[in-house]
Amino acid sequence: MSTFNALFKRELKSYFESPVAYVFLVVFLLLSGFLTFFVSRLYEQGQATLEPFFFWQPWVYLLLVPAASMRMWSDERRSGTLELLLTLPVTMAQSILAKFLAAWAFLVLAIALTCPVVVTIYGLGQPDAGTIVSGYLGCILLAGAYLAVGAVTSAMTRNQVISFVVSLVVCLFLLMAGWPPVTEMLVQWAPNWLVNGVAAFSVMPHFESIQRGVLDLRDFVYYFSVMGVMLFTAHLVLENRKSA
Amino acid sequence: MTQKNSRAGLVFHGFRSFFRMPEGWHAICIYPGQLTPDEKSPRAGATDGVIDSYGGIMLEVKDIKKSFGDIEAVRGISFKVEKGDVLGFLGPNGAGKSTTMRMITGFLIPTAGTASVLGHDILDQPLEAKRQIGYLPENAPVYADMTVTGFLVFVAGMRGYSGKEKTDRVNAAVERCNLGRVRHQTIGTLSKGFRQRVCFAQAVLHDPPVLIMDEPTDGLDPNQKFAVRSMIREMAAGKAIVISTHILEEVEAVCTKAVIIGDGRILACGTPAELKARSPSGRLDEVFRTLTSGQNAA
Repeated sequence: MSTFNALFKRELKSYFESPVAYVFLVVFLLLSGFLTFFVSRLYEQGQATLEPFFFWQPWVYLLLVPAASMRMWSDERRSGTLELLLTLPVTMAQSILAKFLAAWAFLVLAIALTCPVVVTIYGLGQPDAGTIVSGYLGCILLAGAYLAVGAVTSAMTRNQVISFVVSLVVCLFLLMAGWPPVTEMLVQWAPNWLVNGVAAFSVMPHFESIQRGVLDLRDFVYYFSVMGVMLFTAHLVLENRKSA
Repeated sequence: MTQKNSRAGLVFHGFRSFFRMPEGWHAICIYPGQLTPDEKSPRAGATDGVIDSYGGIMLEVKDIKKSFGDIEAVRGISFKVEKGDVLGFLGPNGAGKSTTMRMITGFLIPTAGTASVLGHDILDQPLEAKRQIGYLPENAPVYADMTVTGFLVFVAGMRGYSGKEKTDRVNAAVERCNLGRVRHQTIGTLSKGFRQRVCFAQAVLHDPPVLIMDEPTDGLDPNQKFAVRSMIREMAAGKAIVISTHILEEVEAVCTKAVIIGDGRILACGTPAELKARSPSGRLDEVFRTLTSGQNAA
C-alpha cells in the first residue's frame, strides 16, 4: 500500500512540478466559462440551471483530458524512467492504477474549480441541487472514461503527440457513436446489430441521463466497464512490451 | 523497519552462516566450452555447474535467453555471484549486457531461462527479488522535474519505508553519494555526473544485498569515475555486485571476477588476473579483442 501511495503522490505532484497543471487549469476554466457564458449565453436564458455548462463539458474534455493523459506512460518511456519504475518492487497493476487515479484526482480538482459557475447560478435563482450534484458526478465519470482511453494510447507510444491525437480520436468516436449523423451514415449499409452496437458505445446517453439527475446503475456499469477494459488493455500493452 | 524490510532482514540472518566463505574467487560461471573447469580456478572444479543450494550465492542466472523477434540478443547466459564479489560484465556494444541486466532486474521477461536473487526466482517471486536488488540502469534515468530529495523520498516510499526511517534512509543516501550541495535542486538542472550520482543513490538507498549497475561510469569525468569506483569498492564487502562496462581498466580497478560476453554468449570468465594470463602480453584489452573481434564480424 505504501508503494501505491508513494507512486500516487509522485504522479499527482508531477503535474504541479511542471507548468502543465497551471496551463491546463487556466485553459480549462477559461474555455468552460467562455462556452457557458458567451456561447450558450447562460445569463440571457433566464433560467437558474447548469445545463449550458454541462452541455459543453464532453467537448472540453475531448481536448483537455487527452492532454492530461498523454504523458502518463509515454514520457516514462521516452526518458527511460520506465525502466526505473518497473524495476522497483511494484506490480504493473499497481503502477497503472496509481497513475490513473492520480490523473483522475487532478481532473476532479480541475472540475471542482468550476464551482464559481455554481455560485453564479445560486445568485440567479433557486437551481435544483440534485441535478447539479449528479451533473458533476457525470462529468467526473466521463473524465475518468476519457482518461482510461488516454492511459492506453499513452502506454502504446513514446511520442506524446501521437498519444494525444489517437486518444482524441478514440474519445471522439465514443462521443459521436450514437449521434444521428453517424448512425444515419451506418444505417445505409451496415446491418442493424452493428448500428445498435456502435450506438451503444456512445458516452452521450449515459452522460445525459446522469446529468438529468437519473442515477441508473447501467450508466455506472458503462463508465466503469470502459475504464476497466481500457486499463486492462493498458496492462496488456505494457506487459507485452516487457516480454516483446 | 517496515514489515517487508524486516522480512528481508530475516532472510539475511538465515544466510549469515553461508557467508563465511573462503576468500578467493567467488562467482562461479557456467559457460559454453571456452575454458574447462580446471583452467578456471582450483575451487571451480568442485562446484562447476552445481547449485549447492543457494548458500552464499546471492545471484544466480540460469541459462537466460532473450529474443526480440528474429534477433537473439542473449543466447543462454549462466553465472553465479557470491557475497563480496564484484562481477565485471564485459563485452562490446550490442553483446547483450544491458538486456541480461534488464532481465535480472525484471524490466524484461526472459524468452527462456531464469535467475534467482537470494533464492527468489525473478519469474515466480518478482517483487521479492526486486526488493533485494538495487539497480542503476544505463544512462541513469531519473525524473528530471523532481528535486533530488523529492526523488529519493519517492524511491524510499516505493521501497516500503515510511516516517523517520524514510528520512534517515534518504539522508544516508544523500550523504553517501555526496549530494548534500544539490539536494534541493531540480534534477533536470544538474550535470550528468550529479544525475548519475542521484540514480546511484536510489540504487543503494535500501542497502540492497545485490547491486546491479549498467555502465555506472559511462560519460563521467576521471574524478567522478574514481569516486564511483571507490564507492563500489567500499560497498563490495557486504554485497554481490554486477557492473557492466566496456572500459577494461575498470575491471582491473574494481572487479574480483569478470565475464566476457559477445553476441549473447559467455566467451570467457575468471578473475581479471586469470583472464590476463590468457594473452602472451598479459593485457586484458588484448584478451578482450581476441575473444570479441570474431563476434563483431559475425
